[in-house]
Amino acid sequence: MPSTFRLAVAVFSAVAALVSSGAVAGESRVPKPAITIENPGKCVAPVDEMRRNHMDMLKHTRDKTMRDGVRGMKTSLNGCIECHASKKTGSVLGSNENFCQSCHAYAAVKLDCWDCHQPKAGYKATGTAPAGHASTAGAKP
Amino acid sequence: MKIEQYTPAEERLFYVLLALGGLVSAIGLAAAYYMEHFGHAVTGMTNQVFWGLPHVFGIFLIVAASGVLNVASIGSVFGKKVYKPRAPLSGLLAIIMLAAGLAIIMLDLGRADRVLIAATHVNLTSVFGWNMILYPVFFGLVGLYLWTLMDRRMNAYYKAAGFSAFIWRLVMTTGTGSIFGFVVARQAYQSAILAPMFIIMSFAWGLAVFLLVQRSMYSWNNMVLHPAVRQRLKNLLGTFIAAVLYFVIVYHLTNLYYAKQVAFEHFILVSGGIYPVLFWGGYVLLGTLLPLFLLYHPAIWKKSGAVSVAAALTIVGGLCQLYVFIIGGQAFPLEMFPGMEVTSSFFDGAIGTYVPSLPEILLSVGGLGIGFTLTVVGVRVLRFLPQDDLAMLTDAGYLHD
Amino acid sequence: MSERNQTEQDSGNGGASRRNFIGAVAAAGGLAAIAPGIHLVQVSQARPAGEGASKAVRWGMLIDTTKCASGCNDCVKACATENGINETVKDARQGSQWIRKIDIKEVKTGTTHSLPMMCQHCANPPCVDVCPTGASMKRADGIVLVDRHICIGCRYCMLACPYKARSFVHQALTEQNPEVPRGQGCVESCTFCVHRIDKGQQPACVETCTQAGHNAMLFGDLNDPNSEIARRVAQVTTTQVRADLKLDLGVRYQGI
Repeated sequence: MPSTFRLAVAVFSAVAALVSSGAVAGESRVPKPAITIENPGKCVAPVDEMRRNHMDMLKHTRDKTMRDGVRGMKTSLNGCIECHASKKTGSVLGSNENFCQSCHAYAAVKLDCWDCHQPKAGYKATGTAPAGHASTAGAKP
Repeated sequence: MKIEQYTPAEERLFYVLLALGGLVSAIGLAAAYYMEHFGHAVTGMTNQVFWGLPHVFGIFLIVAASGVLNVASIGSVFGKKVYKPRAPLSGLLAIIMLAAGLAIIMLDLGRADRVLIAATHVNLTSVFGWNMILYPVFFGLVGLYLWTLMDRRMNAYYKAAGFSAFIWRLVMTTGTGSIFGFVVARQAYQSAILAPMFIIMSFAWGLAVFLLVQRSMYSWNNMVLHPAVRQRLKNLLGTFIAAVLYFVIVYHLTNLYYAKQVAFEHFILVSGGIYPVLFWGGYVLLGTLLPLFLLYHPAIWKKSGAVSVAAALTIVGGLCQLYVFIIGGQAFPLEMFPGMEVTSSFFDGAIGTYVPSLPEILLSVGGLGIGFTLTVVGVRVLRFLPQDDLAMLTDAGYLHD
Repeated sequence: MSERNQTEQDSGNGGASRRNFIGAVAAAGGLAAIAPGIHLVQVSQARPAGEGASKAVRWGMLIDTTKCASGCNDCVKACATENGINETVKDARQGSQWIRKIDIKEVKTGTTHSLPMMCQHCANPPCVDVCPTGASMKRADGIVLVDRHICIGCRYCMLACPYKARSFVHQALTEQNPEVPRGQGCVESCTFCVHRIDKGQQPACVETCTQAGHNAMLFGDLNDPNSEIARRVAQVTTTQVRADLKLDLGVRYQGI
């Protein structure tokens, strides 16, 4: 019995040591995100609230706009992009200094928005339909 | 109960099969990841033929999954004793094949990462939506049924469980057939006959798969199926194959009678290139007439392997039939303007072409690999080898002398 | 345009502000006319912020095929520019087409017509019926959309659509317009330029067709008896494609 107890203590302390050293090492390995706020103080809600709840706000807006057709809500994704896009790159993505990517890279939370949404502010897609879309009546692939 | 130990040779065979199945499954998963990463641009699927080979294999497995349970149902629901020792294997295969079929379909989704949304947002007007309920309940009911079969304390409930699973599998395959049956847009589908037709197809394909698995297990164990049982099972398979043929004939005759459907029938049966070839050569000749010949020729069916070959041909025929049905049905252009010749940049009025790409083929075969691997593990762990004993057979009236 | 606004019934308390808003948009946006007497763009209801699409409205389109020239692709180009459909695809069969020109020829008589084909915005849309997740949806004002947030890319809607109106995005996209999100693995189709309609503008195809002087496309509220489209639909014989399915289409054709 005593040997079991000693073993348990040893294992426990080893795990504890690993965890604490890991945490310390982790802090030094991964730098805190460097978030550049381009227009400070203009946000739709205080920073703390935004950090905690921005995903819920966006989801709420997304459903209201997409499904009910409500426009002009203050928490729209495009609103976020217009304000938060980097002045250098014009985008909220691209490097770990850009607004969305900085935190999400740090927190290792996958961003699903940008598969479909345009991350650049004031972006205007140019160009018309490529050849495949022009009238190619009767054409075979 | 004394559990027989595996011999070293059996051990080796198990691990070889496991490795083989695992490898095929892994390649399939890698192919799915590749498709997911680069998008369906790397597949042969297009905006006209958007359901391809993965759907043929996936739907085959899902339909056959429900059919393979039939063997158990004949024992538990209809009280045929010779089927009772086969019930556990039948139930196990049903669960495995449904899982493998669903795996293929789900891995082919454009957003496979969002597959959980299919469970959290269910649209109840959608036949797919119904299936989101039908499939999990099927897993549950068959699982319960297996439990009642394997656990002595639960034995009293096996009839009730078997009956529920039987009813549910009919509902489930009605759902699968209705995926197409409720589609009003296309000439190949929109027919109420598709639901019963899928049910009868499930009987044939499921039994064919069961017979092949049983045959493999018997040969690994150096066992031979009792001729009386073999005869019963092969007659059943023959009946199912003939019944499928009946439904196929009625389906096409109905279409041929409607003037608006004649062009489509001409496409599928005569002019459509690969589709008539697969229909007549694959489904009718290889998948129906040849197995029927093998099963009913008085001398041939008794030869070793004849029933297994017939079962394998039934599966090949089933895959051909689904290919013609699913892909041929999409390849035929939508008729928006009757009596008009139609051309556009979007290939309106043109026959759609489809050539499966390698990733699709690997994903489809990978699904079979998943099913195979699970079966190898399942039958080893659970020891579901169907064993007939002579007393039971005599009692059931199978032995006459 | 003024005619439409004057006769528009105020529904509820939002009416006054809405009319003001329309006036402001019309004044600022130069929506009026190129020359006196020619209505370039019919003003539609622009909703104030915070108000959802209205059930009282049924957006629709009337296409006069007698004015639609074979080989003219202006509407298709306008759609591609507006909605950012600009990706190069290796296989043309895998490219998205929200709107396309169809040339039809009567087999017996040889009569030909040319017409744009797109999502018909059915009142009873089969795509919405079959969608397993509810991503295919019909907005209160009759516009049929795909909610890409919950689209899993199963393509069942493509099987169900009688008009081949839906496209599946086969590759990753990066050049989207901010107001028109679209991306890999989801199904998409004509939205009637819902982002423009909500601002009180016309769909891009209609605007371009009108600006180019073809006047083959007319857009408006089918439920408003005073709208030009409702009056035209009441006056002339219009066709719904595959009327046998009784899907009650938002897009009507004239001249076929």
